[in-house]
Amino acid sequence: MMLNRQETEPYLSAFKHYQENGGGSGPGWLRKLREAGIASFEKLGFPTTRNEDWKYTSVSPLAATVFERGEHGGNDTKAVAADAIRALSFADSAYNRLVFVNGLASPELSGLHGLPAGARVESLANALQRDDDVLHAHLSRYVRYQEHSFVALNTAFIEDGALVLIPKGAVVEEPIYLVFVSTGQYGPVVSHPRNLIVAGEGSQARIVEIHIGAGSGPYFANAVTEIFGGEGASIDHYLLQREGDAGFHIGTLEAQLSRQCNFSTNSITLAGSLVRNDVHVVLNGEGSECSLNGLYLVDGKQHVDNHTEIEHCMPRAKSQELYKGILSGSARGVFNGKILVHKDAQKSDARQTNKNLVLSENAVINTKPQLEIHADDVKCSHGSTVGQLDRDALFYLRSRGIDSAEAQSLLCYAFASEVVRRVKIATMRAQLDDYLLMKFGSNRYASHQ
Amino acid sequence: MLEIKNLRAQVGEKEILRGIDLRVGAGEIHAIMGPNGSGKSTLAHVLAGRENYQVTGGEVTYGGKDLLAMSPEARAREGIFLAFQYPVEIPGISTTYFLKAAVNAVRKHRGLEELDAMEFLALIKERIKLVEMEENLINRPLNEGFSGGEKKRNEILQMAVLDPKLAILDETDSGLDIDALRIVANGVNALRRKDRAMIVITHYQRLLNYIVPDFIHVLHQGRIIRSGTKELALELEVKGYDWIKSEASALQ
Repeated sequence: MMLNRQETEPYLSAFKHYQENGGGSGPGWLRKLREAGIASFEKLGFPTTRNEDWKYTSVSPLAATVFERGEHGGNDTKAVAADAIRALSFADSAYNRLVFVNGLASPELSGLHGLPAGARVESLANALQRDDDVLHAHLSRYVRYQEHSFVALNTAFIEDGALVLIPKGAVVEEPIYLVFVSTGQYGPVVSHPRNLIVAGEGSQARIVEIHIGAGSGPYFANAVTEIFGGEGASIDHYLLQREGDAGFHIGTLEAQLSRQCNFSTNSITLAGSLVRNDVHVVLNGEGSECSLNGLYLVDGKQHVDNHTEIEHCMPRAKSQELYKGILSGSARGVFNGKILVHKDAQKSDARQTNKNLVLSENAVINTKPQLEIHADDVKCSHGSTVGQLDRDALFYLRSRGIDSAEAQSLLCYAFASEVVRRVKIATMRAQLDDYLLMKFGSNRYASHQ
Repeated sequence: MLEIKNLRAQVGEKEILRGIDLRVGAGEIHAIMGPNGSGKSTLAHVLAGRENYQVTGGEVTYGGKDLLAMSPEARAREGIFLAFQYPVEIPGISTTYFLKAAVNAVRKHRGLEELDAMEFLALIKERIKLVEMEENLINRPLNEGFSGGEKKRNEILQMAVLDPKLAILDETDSGLDIDALRIVANGVNALRRKDRAMIVITHYQRLLNYIVPDFIHVLHQGRIIRSGTKELALELEVKGYDWIKSEASALQ
């Protein structure tokens, strides 16, 4: 494979600079991990559209831009970030939140209260200073950085992010919000947030990852989240993306589930120039369950790509997946949903659905289910639809006096709300619901104002 | 109120209405009966403004205006209401939410103040009694998972709330057991008014035992082949449609 040195070079030299200047300190194993990360990235380069997994998503505009890490804009940045959180995050008044600005923890904007005894929610940078056993045991154990260049890049620059540890049997009542703000107004900035969530046996928690952008300039958020679900743990994960108009977001979510663990993730993509989400869930314990839900509203020239992969490794595991998208303007969407059932994973139950509404002639969606089944006693189903608004439903609404434009809006809202209804955090669900009503022009009916 | 003259309409290449003439005055109830495929539902949908039927001839005047030139929503705002034979299920919008949007669109058009949430709720609570419907049903997604009877009751509830001048009931009796039929018919009867006309479309005479029409028209092959008073329904019940059909073909 021909690699484009011009594209990778800025990252390679940044890595060198980073190591030589005391950055990237920490325990020895971490140093080795970072080196392995950069070596992988050097070998892999940026993916091209010749790579099957990137066939419909070109990262060349991202690869062609030189981004810089670190704090930008000095003291202004905090104020800008605070404004962005207020305007966009749906978490402004969140009880428990850990805020990161351009990849680095911001204690001033964060607030944590009422965590159960033994639970830890802190900045990864803090935790790394103590050479934690937990970190050594879990960090980078689940991701596949040898194969995925963006994960490799993130691994090379592991510095900060969120560490969430829920001890055995603990129940975290309040959702934990992890808020990542990128600023586009002080030059192209890159961040590599790295999150690690470890839920102990029988524990319960809800975690909301929010990525937002301030300013109209380009930036690049390359986030990786690893989740380990212990036996019988219950974890609800949410990913809310409201990136800037010129924001690039590449996100990877890796979840490893033990016996009887119940995991759900809900990804809501509302804005961003180029957004790519890779979700990989490994059902590694008997009777484990996962539910993957996604909503992408793609407009203008935005590009949103959701790649999901669910691996059934053990018997009697269950997976359910529903991704829905509304595309308009010249937007482009990609959905690729892979389900892999291994030989020993008998009695697996896997259901996948992807539905798309394409509202304009120039909008495009590429949707592809991929089933690979090596066990013989399984229930698997998948289906995808691409279409316009239902004419019967439109006529029904209009026959009651609702005008054509509003009838269309209502139907878009109805389409999207199926995913929003799955959000279990009431305040977030209400805010998303209102957002949808605004977005689809029926704000005068918003019920939660 | 409504005057239909020589109305012709088709779906694709197939002509379904082949010259309908009908006059409906305020306060009148007209029943339109006829065998399957005679064009009953097409007539209902053409009057409501369904776009996939092409009107190829004739005219329809409603309250002095050219009805065929109006959009479906304009017709609804002017007081036309179609109770669907197959009400559409819309997951994601509750009946309350949908109906509030509809009521306020209609009220705005009529120069009335829009109702706020409280006022609307009061209105719906009052009208829902007419159709003996469970209140929690209206907070569920529109028609989703409703039984046949619940869907039809919901149609009549919408009619009661939207306050139409001309209501067209398209086979509202189809698929209803006798109890549901009685409830729906009682709801309709309670909505009879001197200034409100109704067109009741049905295949069977039994509905007309409950909703007694002023006039009955028999539709066959896209034309009204016979009109009469309510006694005509009883005659049809005894003799079936074949009798009229053969009479009509003898005339041609």
